[in-house]
Amino acid sequence: MIASLPPGLLLIGGALVVPFLRGWLRWAWMLALPVVGFADLFGLEHGVRVTVALFDYELQPVRVDRLSLAFGYIFHIAAFLGILYAVALNRTAEQVAALVYMGSAIGALFAGDLITLFLYWEITAVASAFIVWAGNTEASYRAGMRYLAIQVVSGVLLLSGALLQIAETGSIAFGQTGLQSLAGLLIFLAFGIKCAFPFLHNWLQDAYPEASPTGTVFLSAFTTKLAVYGLARGFAGEDILIWIGALMTAFPIFYAVIENDLRRVLAYSLNNQLGFMVVGIGIGTELALNGTVAHAFAHILYKALLFMSMGAVLYRVGTVKGSELGGLYKSMPWTAAFCIVGAASISAFPLFSGFVSKSLIMSAAAGDGLLFIWFVLLFASAGVFHHSGIKIPYFAFFAHDSGKRCKEAPLPMLLAMGATAVLCVGIGVWPEPLYALLPHPVDYVPYTTAHVVTQLQLLLFSALAFAVLMRTGLYPPELRSVNLDIDWIYRRGLPAAGRMLARASVPLRNALAFAGAQTALGFFDRMIRLAGPQSRMARTWQTAGMVGLILIVMAVYLVLALV
Amino acid sequence: MTENASRKENPPERRYWLDDKRNVTKIYRGLLVVCAGLFAADLLYDKHAKFAVEEWFGFYGLYGFVACVFLVLAAKQLRKLLMRSEDYYDR
Repeated sequence: MIASLPPGLLLIGGALVVPFLRGWLRWAWMLALPVVGFADLFGLEHGVRVTVALFDYELQPVRVDRLSLAFGYIFHIAAFLGILYAVALNRTAEQVAALVYMGSAIGALFAGDLITLFLYWEITAVASAFIVWAGNTEASYRAGMRYLAIQVVSGVLLLSGALLQIAETGSIAFGQTGLQSLAGLLIFLAFGIKCAFPFLHNWLQDAYPEASPTGTVFLSAFTTKLAVYGLARGFAGEDILIWIGALMTAFPIFYAVIENDLRRVLAYSLNNQLGFMVVGIGIGTELALNGTVAHAFAHILYKALLFMSMGAVLYRVGTVKGSELGGLYKSMPWTAAFCIVGAASISAFPLFSGFVSKSLIMSAAAGDGLLFIWFVLLFASAGVFHHSGIKIPYFAFFAHDSGKRCKEAPLPMLLAMGATAVLCVGIGVWPEPLYALLPHPVDYVPYTTAHVVTQLQLLLFSALAFAVLMRTGLYPPELRSVNLDIDWIYRRGLPAAGRMLARASVPLRNALAFAGAQTALGFFDRMIRLAGPQSRMARTWQTAGMVGLILIVMAVYLVLALV
Repeated sequence: MTENASRKENPPERRYWLDDKRNVTKIYRGLLVVCAGLFAADLLYDKHAKFAVEEWFGFYGLYGFVACVFLVLAAKQLRKLLMRSEDYYDR
């Protein structure tokens, strides 16, 4: 019976039961959902499994191939680990939102057409916003509003692109799309927002660190990797992705070095890791696409592990600011050890998962003779070790002893971190099972003398650079601060411009009143009410909420227009 | 300060190996030795280089070191441009 359900629906449906279950029964239920869903994937035959007629069009809610399956496996694994970790905190709203979010992300992987994809796309957006809000602070509420507005823009772009494609080609199928048409461009932008392309990236660093210790673990795995999947499906081999990806690997790491909130540091490094995957998609060869999928697989695990370890610190200490932490290895030795496993994996140390996945992309870039790109990726590889590999464990668990003493992380968190760490090392030591899942046949040997030695040289000399900068006092200290990023434009720039416009229009309004121009007067009064200093729009979160609302209305309208 | 004070009231805490500054220096020196060894290792194997630059002696080590020093010092300068007080967006 369950086997006939489209992938993902089991988690979405299962979420509805969660509020009625209590205690261990609820946890058993929630943990069982991804296990059963995972097992179901093995029974799926390749090809289009289900079709549903929608007026003149044939929806394909379930389309199975090696690309969707590879992402499907890791999404289920990440769901299980995230739920296990979340046993530590009993937050019903977050659990329901997370199950719906993860289920719809899984559903989207198997969507064979753009309308189904859009529906799942929007459910992930809304459900994940609830996960941000479950952070339950004023900051998380506001960040969640901004987050939702941006996610909905992505959904509207996707829908517009889909409708254009239908109008142009008569096909709603989601496959290789390319950038030749406006439809393709809109879909590309929709994916680009969710993939945190440069200048479209800031929702990620803004919202993820505001969720709860457990919420961020859920969020880190799905949205951006769904976008990576979409790009791999629709835009493989588009050269521009090579440049976008290279930029993504490089610029966030500068922010990561100076950011104080360690979960925000991880969000910047998440952005950097996405860059590697995007480069792989841009190169588009079999080796490169294998690299992208392998790296997404490995990345979901080690990034979740890093967010879990920082979540445990946040849960026990109440903060993850580098300026407040240090010496926690004494209180939380297991968490520190698991964090180091995650750090070694993201840094691509031999015997850890990043080593066997990132090298596919590096080799693909080198094989295509992309010298400049290869230099950038190598710079980013050294940089990621520097800020994720060293900075995160160093400032949280070592550095100068902050004097903070706390209990070790709760057992469910330790179990989840332990299981994730085992997978990170397992993939690194024994990559063949992962390679066997990749979309194309793999003919690659990661463990050669040259590769191991050169990688160790790169990493240990990066460590040396850190040590030298630390001991000479040149390393910038962790400071309580925020760093301006693109979000400044909509959090400060636009509201300020609106207020200025409103202020400037007051004298103009008076002049018009004097001249007796009643129609123009009405317009100005309305504008001042809308955008003036006392207005609702002057408060940023409400602007974001309103934009979101308008876009939802637009989206509904577009669907009705299609029908 | 309060943390330090409360620590003194607690029973004497275990001294960890890393609490001794000399041991941190030992790690640092160990890292230097390992790096020197890895640098010298370039004599011993064939790199199967795709790019000519990879064949330079010690290329990966030097590149990693320079890249990280550049990254950190550049980011430090960026602070002048980007850093604001913690409550910047709450004001």
